[in-house]
Amino acid sequence: MRRTNIQLDAQGRLRHFLTIEGFKRQMLVDILDTAESLATVTDQSVKKVPLLRGKTIVNLFFEASTRTRTTFELAAKRLSADVLNLNIASSATKKGESLLDTLHNLQAMHCDMFIVRHEESGAAHFIAKHVAPHVSVVNAGDGRHAHPTQAMLDMFTIRRCKGDFYPLNVAIVGDILHSRVARSQIHALTTLGVNEVRVIAPKTLLPKDVEALGVHVYHDMKAGLKDVDVVIMLRLQNERMSGALLPSEHEYFNLYGLTEEKLAWAKPDAIVMHPGPINRGVEIESSVADGPQSVILQQVTHGIAVRMAVMSMCLGTVAQPTGGEA
Amino acid sequence: MNISILNGRIIDPANDIDRIDALHIRDGNIVALGAAPADFTAEQTIDASGQLIIPGLVDLAARLREPGYEYKATLASEIQAAVSAGITTLACPPDTDPVIDTPAVVKLIRLRSERIGRARVVCIGAATQELAGNLLSEMAALQTAGCVGVSNGYAPFKDHQVQRRMMEYAATFGLTVFLHAEDDNLAAGGCMHEGAISTRLGLPGIPEAAETVAVARDLALIADTGVRAHFCRLSSAKAVQMVGRAQFDGLPVTIDVAAHQLFLTDMDVGEFNSQCHLRPPLRSQRDMQGLRQSLQRGVISAICSDHQPHEADAKLVPFSETETGMSALETLLPLTLRLADEANLSLSSAIAKVTCAPAQILGLEAGTLGIGRAADIAIVDPEQYWELSKDTIQSRGHNTPFLGWELKGRVTHTLVGGRLVYQLHGE
Repeated sequence: MRRTNIQLDAQGRLRHFLTIEGFKRQMLVDILDTAESLATVTDQSVKKVPLLRGKTIVNLFFEASTRTRTTFELAAKRLSADVLNLNIASSATKKGESLLDTLHNLQAMHCDMFIVRHEESGAAHFIAKHVAPHVSVVNAGDGRHAHPTQAMLDMFTIRRCKGDFYPLNVAIVGDILHSRVARSQIHALTTLGVNEVRVIAPKTLLPKDVEALGVHVYHDMKAGLKDVDVVIMLRLQNERMSGALLPSEHEYFNLYGLTEEKLAWAKPDAIVMHPGPINRGVEIESSVADGPQSVILQQVTHGIAVRMAVMSMCLGTVAQPTGGEA
Repeated sequence: MNISILNGRIIDPANDIDRIDALHIRDGNIVALGAAPADFTAEQTIDASGQLIIPGLVDLAARLREPGYEYKATLASEIQAAVSAGITTLACPPDTDPVIDTPAVVKLIRLRSERIGRARVVCIGAATQELAGNLLSEMAALQTAGCVGVSNGYAPFKDHQVQRRMMEYAATFGLTVFLHAEDDNLAAGGCMHEGAISTRLGLPGIPEAAETVAVARDLALIADTGVRAHFCRLSSAKAVQMVGRAQFDGLPVTIDVAAHQLFLTDMDVGEFNSQCHLRPPLRSQRDMQGLRQSLQRGVISAICSDHQPHEADAKLVPFSETETGMSALETLLPLTLRLADEANLSLSSAIAKVTCAPAQILGLEAGTLGIGRAADIAIVDPEQYWELSKDTIQSRGHNTPFLGWELKGRVTHTLVGGRLVYQLHGE
C-alpha cells in the first residue's frame, strides 16, 4: 500500500503545504509559475486581487517571528482575505489549554486556513492531521523540520537570477543541524534537479547521515565554494557556543563567515542568499551582505508573491494541474 | 478442581518437552503429563486439539500504572489484558507514584493484585529513594517484602559513586539489579534514533553512543562489584555485542529486549507517528537484524512487552512532547510466535524467551510445566489470525502502532494456579 500524501486532496491538488518532501517537480514549478503571475500585483498601485475574498486566514504563531508573519499577513491581505494574528506563545497555552483545544476553538469560528509556526518538529503535520476537512494548513516553520515557503521563495529568487536549475551548484553554509530552512531548501533543490547541492559546516553543525538527503559534505569553504553559483548562508544562533558546538564566534567567522575574499572562491557571478535575520560579522560580512552579489532583500520581496501563490493554491482559488505527488 | 487438558501440543522448553499429550491438574498444580494418575478423575476437560499448551508467559516489564496513574490504567484493567494474552506473571517496575521504595508500596500492590486474583504480580524495587539517584533504598526490607530485584528505572544515578555503592549494597543481599542503559547527557533532548530519519524529520536524535557508553560503564561496575545484573531493553546491536562479549568472559549478565524492537525500526516513525515515540528509541534496520541474531544465539535471553499504557491525550501533542511507551501486553505472544517463523528460531526456543528465561532472571519458579509446579498455563491457537483493533484490545491503553496489524496466534484459555482465568469467547 502506498502512503497517501497528506498534503494533497483526492484529486492530487494542493491542500496543505507542510514540507517540500514528497512533491513532484511539476508541483514546485507550478507554485513558482503562480507566484510569478501574482508578483505583478505587488507592482500595481492598487496592490490587491480578490482571490481569497471572504476567506479567513489565521496566523497561528507559537514561536516569535517578525518577517515571516508579516509577509504572510501582507500576502493574505493582497489576496483580500481576512487575517487574524494569534501569538499563542503569550496566550492560550500559557493558560493550560492544549494545542488541540486551541485548534478546535479556532475552527469553530469558521477559519479557512491556519498558518502555523511552532518550535516542535512535526507540529504542522500534527495540526493538519486534526483539522476539519475544509481547513488548510501552511507550515511557517516547525522545529528543525521544515520551512517550505521560505525554501520556495529562495527557489523563486534563484530562478529569477539564474533561469534554469539544472546546471547550478548550490552551497548551503552554516548551522545545518538546527535549520529547518536548510532541510526544505535541500528537498526543493534536489527535486528541481540542480547539478549539485553542497553543505559546508563543521561536523558539530551537521546532522547525522546528512548525505542521505542527497548532498555533498564539505568542511572547508575554499573547496566547498569552488564552482558554486549560489551561496546560501544560514543564521548562527548565539546558543551554539554554550551547547559546546562551537568554541567562539571569532573562530566560526574565521572559518565559515562569508567575506569578500571567500566569496571570490565561488563563481564570479555567484549570488549570495540568507533567510534572515542576518548576524553581521558572525556568518556574513557587511560588505558581502550589502554587496552587488547579495540578493537578500529580493528574497524578502519574493516571499510575498510565493506565499500568495501557496495560499491561493491550497484554498483552490487558482487553477492548478493535478497529480503533484512524487 | 481437577482439570485435564487433552490433545494439545505441549511445549515446555525448560523440560525440553514438545509433544502432543494430555496434561492433568490437581489442587492448582500440574500432576501429570500423558496418562492421568490412578486416583485422578477430571472434573473439567479442555479439548486443546490443534492448539499449543505452553507455560503462562512471564513478562519482565509491565507498567500497570497503579498506584498513582490510575487515569492511564489500573491493576484490574491491565491484569485482565495480560491474562487475555496468556501472561500469568508480571514484573512491575518501580516507577509508580509513590515509587516502590518502601515495603508499604510492595504490600499495597500485592494486596490489590491478590484481591483481583487472576495473575501474579511481582515488584522490582527502587534502587534509590524516590528514584532520585542520591540515597540508597532499604533494599533488605524491599527484598523481605518480596521484591525480585532493584532498579532505578529510567532515572539516572547522581554519579558513578552512587551507582557503584548501589551495586555493592544489592550484591550484599544477592539482589539482581535491573539496568536501563542510557547516558542521560548523550540522550538529553532526543526523541528518536539519531540517523538519516531523524535528520530528515528534524527531530533531535538519541545517538547509539547513549546506549554503548552506558553499557561500557555498567559492565565495568558490574565486574567491579560482582553484582548479578540484568540489562533491560537494549536497543542497539553494538551494545548487545558488548554485553555478549562480557558474557563470554564469564560476567553474570543477562539481556532482554522489547518485542516491538524486533519488528519496528526508526522508519516506522514515518511522518511523526507518536505511537513510535519509545524509550529506548526504535533503532535502524541493522540494529533490528542484530537484535534478532543475538536472540537466536542466546546472548539476549528474554523478550518482554515493556507495556506502558497511556491515556489518549498523552499521544495527542506534537511528537517530541508526547509521552514515551506503547501498550504491549497483547502483542507479546503473537510477535514472539511470528519470530519463530521469521527469525530462524525454533518454536520452543521462541517460547522459552517469554516463559522460563524471564522467570529465571526474576528468580521465580514459573514459566515451566514441570510436575508439581503451579498450573500457570496458556492454551494458544497458533493458526488463528486476528486483528488488534480498538474493539479487540483489552488494555486501557490503546497506544500501540500495531493497531490494524493482522496477528497470528491467539490465546483461547489461560489458567493461573489451576484456575481458568480467561477464556476466549468465554462461556
